[in-house]
Amino acid sequence: MSDVVEKTLTALPSLLSLDSQTVATKLSSTSKLGALIRGITELRSKHEEEKLIQRELASLKDQVSSPHTSMRQMKEAMVRAIYCEMLGYEASFSYIHAIKLAQQGSILDKRVGYLAVCLFLKENHELLLLLVNTVLKDLQSTNLIEVCMALTVVSQMFPKDMIPAILPLVEEKLNHSKEIIRRKAVLALYKFYVMAPNQVQHIHNKFRKALCDKDPGVMFASLHIYLQMIKDNPEGYKDLTGSFVTILKQVVSGKLPMDFNYHTVPAPWLQIQLLRILSILGKNDKHSSEIMYEVLDESLKRAEINHNITYAILYECVKCIYTIYPNSDLHEKAAKCIGNFVISSKINLKYLGLKALTFVIQQDPKLALQHQMTIIECLDHPDILIKRETLELLFRITNAQNVTVIVEKMLEFLHQSKDDYTTIDLVGKVAEIAEKYAPENKWFIETMNTVFSLGGDMIQADIPNSFLKLLSEGFDNEEENKKLRLFAVDSYVSLLEGETRKLPQRFLQVIAWVLGEYSHLRTDLDPAKVMTLLSKLLDIRQISSETKTWVLMAMTKLCSGEASISKAQSVCEDYRSSSDTVLRQRAHELQLLSQDPALRGQLLPLHRGSETLEVDFSLSFLDAFVSEALAAGAAPYKPPHQRHEELAQEKALSLEPYELSLPINMSSYSVSGRQSPTLMSGSSGLSGDSTELSAKGSSATLKLEGVKRVWGKEGYLSKEDPVEEVAQVETLSPLSSPNQPPGAGRTLSNAAAPSETPEPQQEKLQLASSLFVGLSLQTSVCLMGQPEPTAQRFRRKAKTPNSSSSALPERVSVAPVPTSSVDNMLSHDPLEATSMLPEVTHETILPPNTEVNALLIDTANSSPSPSNGVEIPFETSENEIAKTPKHECPVRSLPPDLLGLPHTKITSLCSSQTLDVSACHVEKDDSVSLLIFTSNLSDSDMENIHFSFSTEQLQVSLSSERPLHEILKHSNAVCEYSLTVHAPAIHFQMVGTLSYESSSQSREMEFSYKLPLSSFIRPLVISTEQYGTHWLDFSNDTKQNLALVSEGQDPLTDTLNILKRKLGLHVVEVIGLEGIAACRLAQDQPCLLHCRVNAGTLAVWLRSPVPKLPDCLLYHCQRVLEET
Amino acid sequence: MMRFMLLFSRQGKLRLQKWYTATGDRDKKKMVRELMQIVLARKPKMCSFLEWRDLKIVYKRYASLYFCCAIEEQDNELITLEIIHRFVELLDKYFGSVCELDIIFNFEKAYFILDEFLMGGEIQDTSKKSVLKAIEQADLLQEEDESPRSVLEEMGLA
Repeated sequence: MSDVVEKTLTALPSLLSLDSQTVATKLSSTSKLGALIRGITELRSKHEEEKLIQRELASLKDQVSSPHTSMRQMKEAMVRAIYCEMLGYEASFSYIHAIKLAQQGSILDKRVGYLAVCLFLKENHELLLLLVNTVLKDLQSTNLIEVCMALTVVSQMFPKDMIPAILPLVEEKLNHSKEIIRRKAVLALYKFYVMAPNQVQHIHNKFRKALCDKDPGVMFASLHIYLQMIKDNPEGYKDLTGSFVTILKQVVSGKLPMDFNYHTVPAPWLQIQLLRILSILGKNDKHSSEIMYEVLDESLKRAEINHNITYAILYECVKCIYTIYPNSDLHEKAAKCIGNFVISSKINLKYLGLKALTFVIQQDPKLALQHQMTIIECLDHPDILIKRETLELLFRITNAQNVTVIVEKMLEFLHQSKDDYTTIDLVGKVAEIAEKYAPENKWFIETMNTVFSLGGDMIQADIPNSFLKLLSEGFDNEEENKKLRLFAVDSYVSLLEGETRKLPQRFLQVIAWVLGEYSHLRTDLDPAKVMTLLSKLLDIRQISSETKTWVLMAMTKLCSGEASISKAQSVCEDYRSSSDTVLRQRAHELQLLSQDPALRGQLLPLHRGSETLEVDFSLSFLDAFVSEALAAGAAPYKPPHQRHEELAQEKALSLEPYELSLPINMSSYSVSGRQSPTLMSGSSGLSGDSTELSAKGSSATLKLEGVKRVWGKEGYLSKEDPVEEVAQVETLSPLSSPNQPPGAGRTLSNAAAPSETPEPQQEKLQLASSLFVGLSLQTSVCLMGQPEPTAQRFRRKAKTPNSSSSALPERVSVAPVPTSSVDNMLSHDPLEATSMLPEVTHETILPPNTEVNALLIDTANSSPSPSNGVEIPFETSENEIAKTPKHECPVRSLPPDLLGLPHTKITSLCSSQTLDVSACHVEKDDSVSLLIFTSNLSDSDMENIHFSFSTEQLQVSLSSERPLHEILKHSNAVCEYSLTVHAPAIHFQMVGTLSYESSSQSREMEFSYKLPLSSFIRPLVISTEQYGTHWLDFSNDTKQNLALVSEGQDPLTDTLNILKRKLGLHVVEVIGLEGIAACRLAQDQPCLLHCRVNAGTLAVWLRSPVPKLPDCLLYHCQRVLEET
Repeated sequence: MMRFMLLFSRQGKLRLQKWYTATGDRDKKKMVRELMQIVLARKPKMCSFLEWRDLKIVYKRYASLYFCCAIEEQDNELITLEIIHRFVELLDKYFGSVCELDIIFNFEKAYFILDEFLMGGEIQDTSKKSVLKAIEQADLLQEEDESPRSVLEEMGLA
């Protein structure tokens, strides 16, 4: 029977399609929908259409609410209602009838009913509750089509809260005999997982069953769920890597039924899904990645046919290859592939090629050099999209030498662009690189002027903020500061003298502030003139009252001299009775202060030192208020990013940036990227500018944008010719990358040098050489660290209590002899530094040429005996750990394999005449081991020994290597338990019970053991850039002021060193009066520390994704510092 | 995951819209209007992809009809282009050399085909044959609307 049906079914399409056209024409002439559609096409104006539809809707309303309308008519009416809605007219009266139709209609009416419901309502519509019962009924139907419909509607939209009601029924369908039902059920569950992951948590094992389904379609459907789950928790599914690789292998080699082929390519959708899964699994995971190399190679090889679909696979392959742990062979092939994309004449491929290039550029800057001419051509491409992507690419390769050209190109684009999103994004990028690499003051101010005028008022708020901050805090060189401010003042005065009406509000605010603050620097500028210019702004009609406030504040700072004061008075007259309260207050302030010069001088001193602006960043003075409010039931404060996250979750929109290569596993930082782990971790400790190094080296680079680059290396920037320096560097370095002979980079960039080429070509070549200059240098950077000249011009200076020139920490780095700063860096991390020295001294610390010798000598000297009190002997308190192994108790010595590890003193836990139990704990790399030494002092053997522990915050598991069952008389035994932290606490208290049998009597003994959180803390080696990224991601934070340790010359470094030594923090970087450090709990749970010297105390700010961890760690920091 | 799919004519008339994430009516209208404007303004030889808001737009024109999909950042543009193509192939097979009129007058059918092809924003069935089979089985019922239940079940998906 089924065969017969099958045959008639296959014959049907031809039958249907034969008369479908006639059906269509028939429909159009007879049905009401046809009439409606024809009616609309005959109309001339929008107005007529509106009238017609309103008429139609009115008649529809009558029809659906009439009790005599049959289901069939209702179905027809529903179709018309859908049509009206599609045209943009609301037909809400029909919603309830759509649900009714789905409920009561025959199977076909139902289909339309469900369709209408899907199109009319969205997930949270209240009417959807009425649908739940219908869906429940249909899910239980014996008719497959009804079940299919129900599953479809469920996957389209279903109220979140009602998922539990239908979940069992959907789950049941996973065992259905028809694959189409199983497939739809899996997809419905996928949708549930996306909507409410916790609702389907308990059925993860069923997903595994779906993955193993004998039907490839069902298996494919389950991959959607897996992709999502693996994205959320890559660690949990590493065991499936092999399976996914096997599936991909089978697909690639054509083992699936022909049905799955698409244009002779085997199951491309399946391939791409698998590649995406693999790239997540292999990210920063060498072991998993190695499993994939072969199949990736195979995929690249197989995808040969010249068809879109193979390009799709290739593109995904390339992305995967550059995301997982690198393999040079694959990289080479993928690079070739990207090359083919970029030079392709097909515009879609070119675009994707550029995107891929942007993606890999930081790992492989050479690629950009290879394609520089194509990139130049793309800059002038008629398609704006290609241009935009090219700029994105250039943004990634910006350095101090090509910044002017790149910014020029970006601004050029901005002038043409009309799309707000693009403008906001691009303006932010221009501001970022301008600040980072500005070659001179004038250029910087002018560029920022353009940024402000083009960005308008959509500009991200942090651009003007950080610009003003840069101006006010300045950088190391007072003279330069003054020059920059003067440029700004001059530029703004001339701007205000011109046409001001078109200037955006944000820009006006910046101008007002700068003039108020710094116009006195220009001594030949009459304050009254500035006052007049400012007051003119107030007369502009479009000016917002917020801007007016800024202007009034600027005037308050400026009003000295008779002319100014009278100007101020007249302005006050205008605004003293303004309806805007803030404005009114400012006007009053202005009036009062302009009349009282003494008070004004006191409040707003002209040459203000930074000490007047001391800010308690931890806001500790509010603590009492906060705790009071909390006690009164106020909601705890959530930082903006956390609020934003929650908001984003609520909206169910993924607002995350491209997360192709953010390492999730923190512990693998040191091995990510293309460098050897030792080089990575060593150099991040050694080179001051570790951010740059890791930016080139690790794969964690693509999230750099958007992360503010507040941290740079300290030190005076001598203005040397960068290109020259490259040459020096290269001749100096004995090490250079194996696949690149020394000087190769230079040849590449010089390849663009003009030779006998036609005129327009020559222009392009020139552009190329100006764009790609310094890139060759970055290639060598991969191995050698960041050369000096590409570092920032504007280095943020930490605000100092004293004026900056006399501040000590700065003095150290500003000092012309670089050796001291090297010393400084070495002392942060003596162990790593010394171990690194033999190989990388010359490369990591790139000296300006003239000082090379001095430096080399100095580093050589410092290597055998690291300075600055590194070798202070440890005082071991009870809980403190001696980093050198000790043997105090020969009887109870550590097992040989743990001997080298830091451990505590062995302390006695409990003892009796027959038994003695002692313990200590050993800090291993990833866990803490508790060693329990049991001595049987009696004359009989102990048997059936069993330890049990009760502790809430720790997880205790027996290390399998040392099980313990019996102890013979007068002998000792040791057993090892591995401890991991469940929930952080300041101290972990464990209560243990030892049960055993001795002389056939069972006995028990209780003991307790306490260990501090600090035992679980391990250094986390990350770069400043990574630090920056994570800082924003972590939501649990705590702040407090701690005492500074002042034993040496540099209190901050000393304090951090103590934290490093005693708690095992990794000091990421110290700049001026700020320092950052990172650590992790033994199982990969990171905690970041930021501290800042503030009025003799240390404002410490800790952040972590783990609740309570910052608080607990802070306690230990405090304790450690108080002890010293 | 696909966020939504739009079909619209060269004149800027919406012919089909399918949203896979909950979106407010006002937002929908605004997005549709904006996107149509952008896409219609693009010249034929230009790239089929767009970056728009936080989404990637993939569009392709078939005769007078534009097919336009919004996908997320990590999705593959090229394969989305093939999704569009496969959808067109399905429509073509079902209607028999499909034209815009077919979709205007039988838009509910087009929706049914789309639902059978994509589910919850992900591709459900990659085989042209089996998608059409599922649709036709449901269509078949239309002819036999009045037949008793047991026969329907026989017809089911046997």
